[in-house]
Amino acid sequence: MAAAARAAESGLQVGIVDDNTTLGGQIWRRSGGAPEPQSSAWAERLRSAKTMVLCGRVFHQPEPGILLAENDGGPYGLEYEKLVLATGARERFLPFPGWTLPNVMGAGGLQAMVKCGLSVNGKRVVVAGSGPLLLAVAAYLRKHGARIPIVCEQASWGSIARFSLALLRQPDKIAQALLVKRDLLSVPFSANSWPVAASGKVAVESVTISRNGRIENIPCDYLACGFHLVPNIDLPLLLGCQIRDGCVQVDDFQRTTVAQTFCVGEPTGIGGVELALVEGQIAGLTAAGQASEGRHLFRQRERLRRFARSLDRTFRLRSKLRSLPSPETIICRCEDIRYVRLRRYASWRSAKLQTRCGMGPCQGRVCGPATEFLLKWDPQSVRPPIYPVRVESLAFSASQAEPRHYA
Amino acid sequence: MSDQLTVIVNDAAVAVPLGTTVAVAVGLAGQPCRTSVSGEPRGPLCGMGICFECRVAINGRPHCRSCQVLCEQGMEVRTDD
Repeated sequence: MAAAARAAESGLQVGIVDDNTTLGGQIWRRSGGAPEPQSSAWAERLRSAKTMVLCGRVFHQPEPGILLAENDGGPYGLEYEKLVLATGARERFLPFPGWTLPNVMGAGGLQAMVKCGLSVNGKRVVVAGSGPLLLAVAAYLRKHGARIPIVCEQASWGSIARFSLALLRQPDKIAQALLVKRDLLSVPFSANSWPVAASGKVAVESVTISRNGRIENIPCDYLACGFHLVPNIDLPLLLGCQIRDGCVQVDDFQRTTVAQTFCVGEPTGIGGVELALVEGQIAGLTAAGQASEGRHLFRQRERLRRFARSLDRTFRLRSKLRSLPSPETIICRCEDIRYVRLRRYASWRSAKLQTRCGMGPCQGRVCGPATEFLLKWDPQSVRPPIYPVRVESLAFSASQAEPRHYA
Repeated sequence: MSDQLTVIVNDAAVAVPLGTTVAVAVGLAGQPCRTSVSGEPRGPLCGMGICFECRVAINGRPHCRSCQVLCEQGMEVRTDD
């Protein structure tokens, strides 16, 4: 949104394609209810600058300068001169016995469901996994009436203590942290803790956790469990952008290695919304020929990137989590492939060919990060369509339709 | 209340407030969204449209990610059989 607003305000003709029904990605997601003030401010700037907003999923690039997207109305083509990729991140899910039970969801996943009408009033929700998202989610759920027996963070107490000190160097984060703390005063938080198993018949009924070395069983209605975030790099990969350590490589002006193509936010490195907004502005300004304006934001970006690096260090996954799945635990949820079958393969590719792991609808978006951690596979390969699309979209050719033109 | 609407989940009427996704409505109907290849009940996992565990048929169109679709009056939803 920030990139589009800045580019449009500088005179370019700009379009945004978003997979959701409203703008703002996951961080500002809502359906009904008051929008966050920051989100409204940017949305207003987009409106004033007459940015065109489209709904859809980009699934293919038949040639440079053209993208194909699909929404409920069918496929369409987009012709562009410059492209800013802001594809965000998704939660990392790690398998453990019972993780496929209904009502076991991601931490952000459960929050998204509550934003979209799920009531957790009076429900018991165990929050587990890793990352600052856990506390934000716990605070949010609590505000909506959930009872939270515990928040389990797999990082060590020492890592959390050092991270809290790093927060002191980020004034805006302190305010956020204090708000979260107020909402969570009576909720037990335990570092050095992780889920061991979820149990239940048709849905989760209890969670067994390792709490600072001791095993505990906690009855619950939901388990909100996610292990930090993974950049969404499938579209950048498809376009040929250079990737390193799972992140899109960009220069000081957020340019990727592909001509006329920028990348901002989480795909360049998990760093949160403030960093994404700054990177977005730098890209938008540069795309509009105002790179020198963008330079003014470099210092702010560097400060926020230091915070991002401390996020990385603090919430690194401990190797103990590799022993969570049992041989019978399903790893690929789309094809129901159990750990015992996958363990014998040395690579993502051979496992895929022999078992269909990664070939289901999620195309490895869930099992990819899991197997990368569990088995050290490298799941990076992408082929169009990068999203399941209808046959009519596959048959669609950009030259037949009337592409819409954007800068 | 004027901001309630009704969707039909596997032939049963479910009343939901405006702004509710189909995934939530399916949960309110007491159903899992789908049954996995080996027969496990499954519901939404990621809540953001990437895992496809929440997929259902909406108004006859299959494989819709119900966590990404807002309920509309009279929508017909079928979960996996």
